[in-house]
Amino acid sequence: MEIVALIQSIWTIVVMVIFFGVLLWAFSRKRKSEFDEAARLPLDDDDSVEKKYKEKQ
Amino acid sequence: MAENFLTGQETYNYKVVRQFAIMTIVWGVVGMTVGVYIAAELTWPWLNNVLDVPYFTFSRLRPLHTNAVIFAFGGSALFATSYYVVQRTCHVRLISDKLAAFTFWGWQLVIVLAAITLPLGYTTTKEYAELEWPIDLLIAVIWISYAIVFFGTIVKRKISHIYVANWFYGAFIITIALLHIFNNMAVPVGMWKSYSAYAGVQDAMIQWWYGHNAVGFFLTAGFLGMMYYFVPKQAQRPVYSYRLSIVHFWALIFTYIWAGPHHLHYTALPDWTQTLGMVMSLILLAPSWGGMINGIMTLSGAWEKLRSDPILRFLIVAISFYGMSTFEGPMMAIKTVNALSHYTDWTIGHVHSGALGWVAMISMGSMYYLIPRLFGRELYSLKLVELHFWTATIGVVLYITAMWVSGIMQGLMWRAVNPDGTLTYSFVESVQAMHPYYLTRWLGGMFFLFGMLVMAYNVFRTVKSPKTFEINDTIPTPALAH
Repeated sequence: MEIVALIQSIWTIVVMVIFFGVLLWAFSRKRKSEFDEAARLPLDDDDSVEKKYKEKQ
Repeated sequence: MAENFLTGQETYNYKVVRQFAIMTIVWGVVGMTVGVYIAAELTWPWLNNVLDVPYFTFSRLRPLHTNAVIFAFGGSALFATSYYVVQRTCHVRLISDKLAAFTFWGWQLVIVLAAITLPLGYTTTKEYAELEWPIDLLIAVIWISYAIVFFGTIVKRKISHIYVANWFYGAFIITIALLHIFNNMAVPVGMWKSYSAYAGVQDAMIQWWYGHNAVGFFLTAGFLGMMYYFVPKQAQRPVYSYRLSIVHFWALIFTYIWAGPHHLHYTALPDWTQTLGMVMSLILLAPSWGGMINGIMTLSGAWEKLRSDPILRFLIVAISFYGMSTFEGPMMAIKTVNALSHYTDWTIGHVHSGALGWVAMISMGSMYYLIPRLFGRELYSLKLVELHFWTATIGVVLYITAMWVSGIMQGLMWRAVNPDGTLTYSFVESVQAMHPYYLTRWLGGMFFLFGMLVMAYNVFRTVKSPKTFEINDTIPTPALAH
């Protein structure tokens, strides 16, 4: 049982480190432009139905 | 069939999206009608034996209501939007039209089987997993097919980045497969009877690991996928913070799975497990609100759009209800609060602030966005969308306020004791005191159902009207894609 508890403790720390890694990765300056582009992905995909629909409104 | 016969260009599979979109509306009307009927049964109990048969009693119809609104209405909305979003953000047609069609017809079959077996009284008694083992096997096959279609499409995508909405849809599909299979492990003892593979408190814990993550992944992650696509589209603005959306995703995935034990406070579940469930539920507030802020702030600088656009209003009010119910949830998971709220109507009110306010309203907004694009027709009436919005909002507010008052009153009456230690109220006195709130809840349900009927009429008139636009289902060629 002690082994299980040890593994659980290690796992908790590993998961925490991974999570902070995700935070650092997501908020690093280098990726800003990449993410700005990604955020535009659905918007750049424009369809004519939509355009006509908006115009009529 | 994958090509536009005029231009010879490849097209997206809109057929399966159209089918699921229409069935979203149909099952919405059906599921909410059953809901209003069982609310009436609680208000006027004689309705339970109007025909002197057991099939339409509250006990048989209640699981039919929950299955119809969650899996038939919500499920169809998730299938429709995920198939639409994954194609349009990956610039590629679904990997297999046949398998996609199989998921559609298979899912409809499951719903019909549920509608037959539940009133007949065939049930595993596991909440939100009542369907018996033959239907569970069918669900597993369909769900795995769904995963193949969705992830297969992602694999052959033409855009290298996988848009965040797809991450949420993907997590929803994987987690539901896991939850469904493990929670429904059972020993069949006949065609329509089985016993859970787990016993006692383990069974309860597996059930609420399933139950709470059905909320977390079916009713949250999937619909967050909708939020991350349809809110930016309808508002014509990119999501407030794409970085936050990534953190939102991972934080939600890491935390949600541990929150289940809060459904078993003060039961035979070990104390430490209950406390763990409570703490994880409180932590869950952070990713939930991060996501809510991300969704609502997408409108920052364009708030005036809310005044003129009822579809956007549906989406934004849905996110506000998401914020409200994800604040209420962690509060109710605190053991001392739970001691008052558990087993009372407060819980039912909480569920409906999420189910009606968040899940239904974001689905409705997304469907109003999709229908014109899927059918090449302008919406028959924006005025009716407006009417739907207000009746739905009034309905939710009536419903949840009635249940708050009723629930807290119930909890207080149950725990009231006289100086000599005897109970102040008998159980039936608390039932009697709930009558006016049951009436109000039924009225709220009627408002919400009326709005849904208005939507069904609006969509019917739209689809039946002459075509006004060419449907744009052409896949952009790589040169045009960027």
